[in-house]
Amino acid sequence: MINSKYFFKGFKSIKGLDSPALALGASFIAIGALLKNIGFNLEQSIFSTFLTYALPGSLVMAESFLVGASLINIFLAVWLVNTRLYPMTIALMPLLLHKSQPRWKYYLSCHFIAVSAWLIMKDKYQSVEKKHRIDFWIGIGTGTWSIAIVSTIIGFLASDYLNKDMMIGLAIVNPVYFACMMVGAMKSLQINLSIILGAILGPLFFFVSPEWSILYGGVLAGTLAYFVGELK
Amino acid sequence: MSEMSSNIILVILVTSFATYLSRFLGVVSSEKIDATSKIFRWFNCIAYSILAALIARIVIFPAGVLDEADLWIRLFVLIISIIIFIISKRNLVYPTVLSAILLALLNNYL
Repeated sequence: MINSKYFFKGFKSIKGLDSPALALGASFIAIGALLKNIGFNLEQSIFSTFLTYALPGSLVMAESFLVGASLINIFLAVWLVNTRLYPMTIALMPLLLHKSQPRWKYYLSCHFIAVSAWLIMKDKYQSVEKKHRIDFWIGIGTGTWSIAIVSTIIGFLASDYLNKDMMIGLAIVNPVYFACMMVGAMKSLQINLSIILGAILGPLFFFVSPEWSILYGGVLAGTLAYFVGELK
Repeated sequence: MSEMSSNIILVILVTSFATYLSRFLGVVSSEKIDATSKIFRWFNCIAYSILAALIARIVIFPAGVLDEADLWIRLFVLIISIIIFIISKRNLVYPTVLSAILLALLNNYL
């Protein structure tokens, strides 16, 4: 059903010097501690990472829960912050689609689409022939997802020992990891422009609308980069 | 307590559904998109731009504890980490570990 050779090849991407384990670990340890502090028990914290597995969405959930937002407001806030997963999925799945593979694999494994697994797959997909890419992807996804779940447990259990300095330290690890991965992905004019313009326009749009800044800035930057790249 | 508990479960389910929705719709749309098409390249650009915007926002306008470190310290740590990443021939362990230590130190002693 799933080719184990390619699955484990993907799973092993969590080892080594370009592993996302540290960065993912740091941020989900912080999430585990945060969920404990807002009143979740251990099972609920695990359940949350297991089912959601997207960091900004979990943060928004925690914030909304704390201020007692209604379920519909939580839904809208999380949906808005996680809309980025839509273009990310479209920018990944066509590279993995193959006629011989069953559709359920795609609809289940899209759950693994989150920044770290996505960046790894975009970096490595060419090393696997198209037919086996989905199994390779399921391996990467299972690996990164497992780290997130284990780290949530560690963070929950260790939360009493984590002081403010440690929490601040943990909080910078994830953006640093993502920023380095993005620099590593800068290999064509279109992508370079997309990344540089996105990093400039995203924060600029924060002054227009904090909630919509990432979408507005991102869509505008990506569209500009696309047209400049196509003209060349 | 049990009401609180079932409330938390509902919050988690709603959050998961709101998250899965964008992934699911992305797969539905992907079925009709060829990896060599223009629309694919456009979405590819948007995906990278949105991620860059997200990372820049986390560093410049952070929501959580990161807010307690000065903006210039955060930017300095980020830039040093990227330089280390490039010099170390794309080693991700050095910059990520050093960034945490450097930020904690600068935030306490500067």
